Amino acid sequence: MIGRPGSAATTAAVAAAVVLALAAAPLVLAPYAVTVLTRILVFALLAMSLDLLVGITGLPSLGHGAYFGAGAYAAGWVTLHASPSGPVALLVALTAGGLVAAAAGCVAVRARGIFFLMLTLAIGEIVQQLAESWHEVTGGSNGLYGIPAARVGGAALVGDQAVHWWVLAVAATAAAGLWLLASSPFGHALRGIRDNEARMRALGYRVYGYKLAAFVVAGAVAGLAGGLLSAQQRLVTPAELGLGTSIPALLAVTIGGAGTLWGACVGAAVVVLVRDHLGASLGGHGSLLLGAVFVAVVYLLPGGAARALSMPRRRG
Amino acid sequence: MTDAGMTDAAMTEPGKGAALSCAGLSREFGAVRAVDGVDLTLPAGARHALIGPNGAGKSTIFRLLAGGLRPGAGRIWLDGADITRSSEARRARLGIGQTFQHSSLFLSMSAGDNIALAARRRLGRPWWPLPTSGRAERERADQLLAEVGLAGRAAAPVALLSHGERRQLELAVALASRPRVLLLDEPAAGLSPAESARLAALVGELPADVALLFVEHDLDLVFRLATRVTVMHLGRVLVSGTPAEVRGSAEVQAAYLGTGAREDLFTGRAT
Repeated sequence: MIGRPGSAATTAAVAAAVVLALAAAPLVLAPYAVTVLTRILVFALLAMSLDLLVGITGLPSLGHGAYFGAGAYAAGWVTLHASPSGPVALLVALTAGGLVAAAAGCVAVRARGIFFLMLTLAIGEIVQQLAESWHEVTGGSNGLYGIPAARVGGAALVGDQAVHWWVLAVAATAAAGLWLLASSPFGHALRGIRDNEARMRALGYRVYGYKLAAFVVAGAVAGLAGGLLSAQQRLVTPAELGLGTSIPALLAVTIGGAGTLWGACVGAAVVVLVRDHLGASLGGHGSLLLGAVFVAVVYLLPGGAARALSMPRRRG
Repeated sequence: MTDAGMTDAAMTEPGKGAALSCAGLSREFGAVRAVDGVDLTLPAGARHALIGPNGAGKSTIFRLLAGGLRPGAGRIWLDGADITRSSEARRARLGIGQTFQHSSLFLSMSAGDNIALAARRRLGRPWWPLPTSGRAERERADQLLAEVGLAGRAAAPVALLSHGERRQLELAVALASRPRVLLLDEPAAGLSPAESARLAALVGELPADVALLFVEHDLDLVFRLATRVTVMHLGRVLVSGTPAEVRGSAEVQAAYLGTGAREDLFTGRAT
């Protein structure tokens, strides 16, 4: 937004400190913990891209997994069949996510409220069906497996540390890009649309164009996150495209506090830790636990973790 | 039509010479003819009031003129160009500014950011995807806030402004894009007498070439500001003329004043 350079500088300093700590983590953490951290980073980037839609533009989507999955498949396919280059795979993932989002957005963005929600859900399910049935390219329900390690700067990304640093570098760059976008006049216009779409139209803004652009950027960044998933897991299955991804991403945005971007990262960490790790130690009741956490957050911390953490500074 | 503003010249060359005009404007909601064959002509610099009891179709006309609603029949011209089929956003870019009967602001933002958002669309590059200094918008916001009596309140969150302050901000937001035609829907609704007087002074200071059309129930304000008054009843223009003509009109007298329903017309508040 306009002004408050002090708060922008503070945000940048805190972000730099967090990135440094994440970069140092593999030096002190056990390999398994590093893998978990990497998965959180991938999921956090997905959640941030969704927050651009949900929190900043006011477009709650139930199909964001489709763009994430499109990116993951595109990156996996390119690494398997065309080029082992890590950057190339990510570029393809970004483009794939953006293109699928552009096609879906043309239709979805015209709708509002519950209709938008249902359209994104339907489009997400269609994309997942496509992934399951287009065997020649996607490998059907087996997915793409045996994806070779991506190569970055002449070296293959083998080992948890190398993968972690690659994912961190890309995710941090993309997060910085999203933050700049959200702080720009474009981001201000998106908040205007979220607050009062009719007034924006009365002020002469081409609301449809702004919404579509936000949808495409969110899809492209989700695709990039999918590309990172492919580089880390080296396995892409239809499960990445469905509600199994879309709903946890929406939960992460809500738990973290929509509209702040960094809140979505906090939410993503909570979701991955609760569902996959705390849940695993409770005999696979991760989703149940996640649901309970979600209900607790909605009741106890309206506005999510971001609001709660900002309270001492009287913001929000 | 009784609208004296609809001259023969305008009939042959529709919209010529007027900032904003409409002819035969109609809109139905189901069986209700909310607006029925209305002609209006606003030359540049007009100070034109639209009055009439609740349900007369005043707000519907505003929405038709601004583009929030499509007319069932009739045409609208802005500076001689037919804008009947133009979108609301396009009309705004062509120079129509508006405020709404109920506050319509960006509630999560500060007062300054509300104006900056409106000003930037006009100052350029509202889609720019990287942070900017935003200095031009801030200066414009500060200037407009001072003009509407909210000097120094740029950082105040809209959610914390009083009703009167919101109405003032509303006007600043509408002015930020430098409209050539300004549509104000009940700008004084809910204002205290002091705030109302300030609003009148403010409207009096509008650039001379801005054409103003406003709906208002406070007749003191109407007769202080307007140089032309159109009285509406049941979707139709009852009388249109100078304030003196309207006050002396037998039709208005017969329709309202003689029946003792003066309150309805002159002091009733739309809800």
